[in-house]
Amino acid sequence: MKPLALTLREAPPQRLDLSSLVPHKLTGKTAAEIARIAIATTREPLTIGDIFMIRMGDPLAIRIEGGSERFDEVGHGLAEGEIVVDGDVGLRAGRLMTGGRLVITGHAGPWAASGLKGGTVEIGGSVGERLGGPVPGEVAGMRGGLVIVRGNAGERAGDRLRRGTIMIEGHAGAYAASRMIAGTLMVGRSVGPLPGYLMRRGTLLVGTPPEASSPTFVDCGVHDLVAHRLLAAHVRPHSRVFDRLLKAPLRRFAGDMAAMGKGEMFCPPA
Amino acid sequence: MRTLTAKGVRIDDTFAEAFDMRATALLITADTARWAKQAAVTMTGFATSVIGCGCEAGIDRMVKASETPDGRPGVRVLLFATSTGELQKQLANRVGQCVLTSPGSACYADLAGTENLRLGNGLRYFADGWQISKRFGARHFWRLPVMDGEFVCEATTGLTKTAVGGGNLLIMGANTETTRTAAETAVEAMMAVSDVILPFPGGIVRSGSKVGSKYKQVIASTNHAYCPTLRGAVASELDQDIGAVLEIVIDGLSAAAVGNAMRAGLAALVKLGPKRGALRVGAGNYGGKLGRHHFHLKDLVP
Repeated sequence: MKPLALTLREAPPQRLDLSSLVPHKLTGKTAAEIARIAIATTREPLTIGDIFMIRMGDPLAIRIEGGSERFDEVGHGLAEGEIVVDGDVGLRAGRLMTGGRLVITGHAGPWAASGLKGGTVEIGGSVGERLGGPVPGEVAGMRGGLVIVRGNAGERAGDRLRRGTIMIEGHAGAYAASRMIAGTLMVGRSVGPLPGYLMRRGTLLVGTPPEASSPTFVDCGVHDLVAHRLLAAHVRPHSRVFDRLLKAPLRRFAGDMAAMGKGEMFCPPA
Repeated sequence: MRTLTAKGVRIDDTFAEAFDMRATALLITADTARWAKQAAVTMTGFATSVIGCGCEAGIDRMVKASETPDGRPGVRVLLFATSTGELQKQLANRVGQCVLTSPGSACYADLAGTENLRLGNGLRYFADGWQISKRFGARHFWRLPVMDGEFVCEATTGLTKTAVGGGNLLIMGANTETTRTAAETAVEAMMAVSDVILPFPGGIVRSGSKVGSKYKQVIASTNHAYCPTLRGAVASELDQDIGAVLEIVIDGLSAAAVGNAMRAGLAALVKLGPKRGALRVGAGNYGGKLGRHHFHLKDLVP
């Protein structure tokens, strides 16, 4: 069956709350009913029909043709099915997803995959700060699922990550894996200052040795671990960037000793 | 009783009586096939019979490096017991003492079951707080720091309650040499069948037993009807031309697997023929009242 397609008519005049565009909220609705769904975030009313042309199809496969950094909350709470955005998105894409697959071909803003519980988020471009992280008031960030970022990530990627795997093929900003509780964050290229800042447990893997590492990460030597083979097998279907990195022995740093100190950072031996 | 002859080998019109058992499967890997096998052999040692060992265990097959979760050579091991509690106890003790201790080893679940047994979830405490939990997709592993690096162990493994233990063949030959050759040939063919183990030494048991004894403290005693040296003294099951008997016991994850193994063993015995191998093949049972599974030899002969 054909996907349910929404084609952007013109650049949106205000930020949009697109959290309604998920399969479980669209199933059983007609095109006219979908067109009437309110998506405004200001006092100016706005509906889906104002912004998008709708081509009806299977709501388990939603395709948004055209993107904007004003598209907020795309794929909020997605539980099953697939959403593909052919373009950029704004804040909190894929927040609180429990299943299914969200694909964004362009860039995503801050808090992408925030609080993710399950499913897969794939972002073709780069993401803003706090990838997978908690919003204010939440104790933990992402707690399951898989995130793939083909480009770069902003500061505090994987903030308070609790479970699940994040792959960033490019660079990550400062404080990658900050306050990490557990889980796995992988960065294909370099990271900014103080990676793993106050991480308690969990695994951070970086493609190049960090330039400014915290003194509270302690060198545990170079090791070739079986766990790296399992990790490589786990991520290989989604990204080939980490294959080469995980094949060779890696230097292990334990930290952050300023927090619990049960976490680890791996990087190629310099 | 004998009704069948296949290429000169006499096949008794009888059946093997087998029982429901609890079982699990593990995949043990290591840096080399030799060390994967060493861990598996050690873990499945002293596991010939539930009567005295608590469980029956053995190697199902060697697994190629390309087919294991960590890309290293592996060995698939099966463990059988009569209760879930005993299986859990044997699993924890054997993996803890024999696999965890073996250089470079890792241990994975290799059976999907409706219920789970604790594997790494129990062993993790060996790491004294330094254990690391890793969930990759649907699988959950524990990493335990050990003196040669890390021992990786899956958190749980599957349990099956529909496993079958006690399938068997009684191989009767003219003398010990031809009987042993016949048994070895059958073992080789049966080991190629997947999901089964032959728990006795090299797959063969020479001291088949009957239930009970003249001594009230002994629960199982020698199967005198099949002892060639007692042929004249007891109600023997042996013909004049039989000089030795060896038994092969089969445990499998399903009744079909046990049947397949017995079929493969019979085919190998018939192919070898009576001159070099077995003159006659029988099977052990308890009159059909104790075990739910009956494997009739006449249905399995090639």
